[in-house]
Amino acid sequence: MRASTEPKPAEGKQQTIKTGADLLVEALIEQKVETIFGYPGGAVLPIYDALYRADGSFDHVLPRHEQGGIHAAEGYARVSRKPGVVIGTSGPGATNLITGIADAMMDSLPLVIFTGQVAKNVIGTDAFQESDVMGITTPITKHNYQVQDLEELPRIVNEAFHIAATGRPGPVVVDIPKDISATVFERDVKNEFHLPGYQPTVRPNPLQINKLREALIGARKPVVLTGAGILHAGGTEALKSFVSNYDLPVTSTLLGLGAFPGDHHRFLGMAGMHGTYAANMSLYECDLLINIGGRFDDRLTGNLQHFAPNARIAHIDIDPAEIGKNVPTEIPIVSDAKKALDKLNELEPATLDHAEWVEKLESNKQNYPLWHNESEDVILPQYLLRKVHQLTDGEAVVTTDVGQHQMWAAQYYTFNRPDRWVTSGGLGTMGFGFPAAIGAQIADKDSTVVAIVGDGGFQMTMQEMSLLQERGLPVKIIIVNNQALGMVRQWQEKFYDKRYSHSIIDTQPDFVKMAEAYGLHGYKMESIQEIDRELGGILNSDKPAVIDCRVVQQENVYPMIAPGKGSHEMIGVSKP
Amino acid sequence: MNRVTGLLSKRQFNIESISVGRTETDGVSKMTFVVDVEDERKLEQFSKQLNKQIDVIKVSDITDKQIVARELAMIKVLTTPQQRGELQAIIEPFRATVIDVSKESMTVQITGNSDKVDAMIELLRPYGLKELARTGLTAFTRGQQLHQTEVKPYSILN
Ligand SMILES: Cc1ncc(C[n+]2csc(CCOP(=O)(O)OP(=O)(O)O)c2C)c(N)n1
Ligand SMILES: [Mg+2]
Repeated sequence: MRASTEPKPAEGKQQTIKTGADLLVEALIEQKVETIFGYPGGAVLPIYDALYRADGSFDHVLPRHEQGGIHAAEGYARVSRKPGVVIGTSGPGATNLITGIADAMMDSLPLVIFTGQVAKNVIGTDAFQESDVMGITTPITKHNYQVQDLEELPRIVNEAFHIAATGRPGPVVVDIPKDISATVFERDVKNEFHLPGYQPTVRPNPLQINKLREALIGARKPVVLTGAGILHAGGTEALKSFVSNYDLPVTSTLLGLGAFPGDHHRFLGMAGMHGTYAANMSLYECDLLINIGGRFDDRLTGNLQHFAPNARIAHIDIDPAEIGKNVPTEIPIVSDAKKALDKLNELEPATLDHAEWVEKLESNKQNYPLWHNESEDVILPQYLLRKVHQLTDGEAVVTTDVGQHQMWAAQYYTFNRPDRWVTSGGLGTMGFGFPAAIGAQIADKDSTVVAIVGDGGFQMTMQEMSLLQERGLPVKIIIVNNQALGMVRQWQEKFYDKRYSHSIIDTQPDFVKMAEAYGLHGYKMESIQEIDRELGGILNSDKPAVIDCRVVQQENVYPMIAPGKGSHEMIGVSKP
Repeated sequence: MNRVTGLLSKRQFNIESISVGRTETDGVSKMTFVVDVEDERKLEQFSKQLNKQIDVIKVSDITDKQIVARELAMIKVLTTPQQRGELQAIIEPFRATVIDVSKESMTVQITGNSDKVDAMIELLRPYGLKELARTGLTAFTRGQQLHQTEVKPYSILN
């Protein structure tokens, strides 16, 4: 094994004996794992002992709560496009990871999660810190394993990484009973694997590609919808060529932002519940919708009965089960997004007969841009987000929590590059944004990483400020502080007659002092003058910072497709 | 196995029966489902979701195929000793057998397709069913398919 050559205080003979945990460590090294987000406990003591012996092989990140660790691993995975590796102990360690596992499943993030389990001979007896990890995680993982025998451990680890990172990415849990990680063994064991039931289709069927091209040539009102599948596939350049070959208008899902440059003249903005008028109307009126790597989530489509009612639907997705799941699809293409786009780009470009359509979309874009109120002094959240964009030249990695601030970030932080946008879309997990920023900063040391969080969600995982303190990671936390669970408040205002049931929170910690308690710089800003004067300097410094921005409480996110409505029935499209 | 049953309830599929057992290949088992689906799209989702499971090697829809399908049922019927002969006469055409007899009941075992099992149960019901257990259907496609109509035009796996 590749244990550190430095003598350890532990007895020297440990250097020669291998345990199951050493096998695990070797397998992680073989997988070129650099960073581990882990938290120790009884059932993973043998694993932590092996990590101790392998000192220097990994950067082990110790969060202050397992949930923080796994969200950090998600941020890491999203930005690096490599699997995030997580270790947790049995029982409460494992259950604290559940939200992150479910989140990664919904947003197709590759994670490999190792959970300790009680020893095999007591599994099923309600032993101390036993929980049925297999049972709990089965519906929220791409796959899960409980290691039954030491000999299968290296194979399972290799399979887990393979499954997590290929096809449609997702979380894989490996549950390791303590006796297995503690067992000493002598023989070499095999790690090759064969997965007859897992052969993702990554190359498109050429006939289907031709069909799509024919549909394109016949289309008068085509539009492209970009999903996160393009990002996972690294398909941005291929997409740009495809779009320019046919001069196509483009819109995006929330998670697909950055797959196509936000400032491109054919980009219509994000579509969906809080998408732009131009984007949603393009979905409503198009005659050909090409969805590349999105999954027709209900927050995108609105009422399915009114979704793209006159369109032929083409859908490129690596997961065949997504095709036709929500929207009947005429041209299904099961493929990796980049490979499909590459194939399309091999065909002769064509000039479409769509001038009228493109013009109409352009005029929608000009006539119905995003709008917000103006102020001379108090901070409007939209202003803040625009400012953050401007001050970071649109180049920062932006992570968000869930709520109004998330939607404003999606609307006003225009992404021109891929893999800069980290947000919890499918599960909508409050508490995600800040720890995800830590993982993103670890994956991308040189970029400015900004965590846009709400005052509500930040308080769910803010203990991870310890990691900024410990590592000096220069993450900038911007609290869009409306002293409210703003998104809930907005729905109560609109749909529950302003009955603000438990959504206004006027008791808050002093975030500045809180930051200082963690050894970080804290700032409080209450006016646009302060923002204009100070924010730039803070964002461009190489120190971590917590910036408590007091914004107008009663602001709403517009435009909006109300629940149950179709994408053509937006409210708040123009300033009243 | 857990993955598959959990998945089906999560996706709200209506399962009438599931049977599982080992096959000729070590480590490979076969599951047979009888499901109630509203339409083709739901059916397509059903097989796609199954296929998506890492441990699922192959999914075939044999609804419209020529198949041999069997299930086994055991039925404990209330009987007086006098009624035993009468019951024998009922079950005989079904090629069912009596596998246990006591003073007030007898247990009958039947194998066959589900319609046949249903039919016999209905005939026994008037006597009083004390217990009933069915294994659920398991099936093979026939060695020879007479009218091959099944090439799904929308198949997208390549
Ligand atoms: C863990 C979790 N609990 C509850 C919710 C429901 N929820 C969605 S947005 C929201 C309000 C979030 O408030 P805050 O973090 O202050 O953000 P804001 O909307 O004010 O920008 C709530 C409670 C959620 N998404 N996640
Ligand atoms: Mg808030």
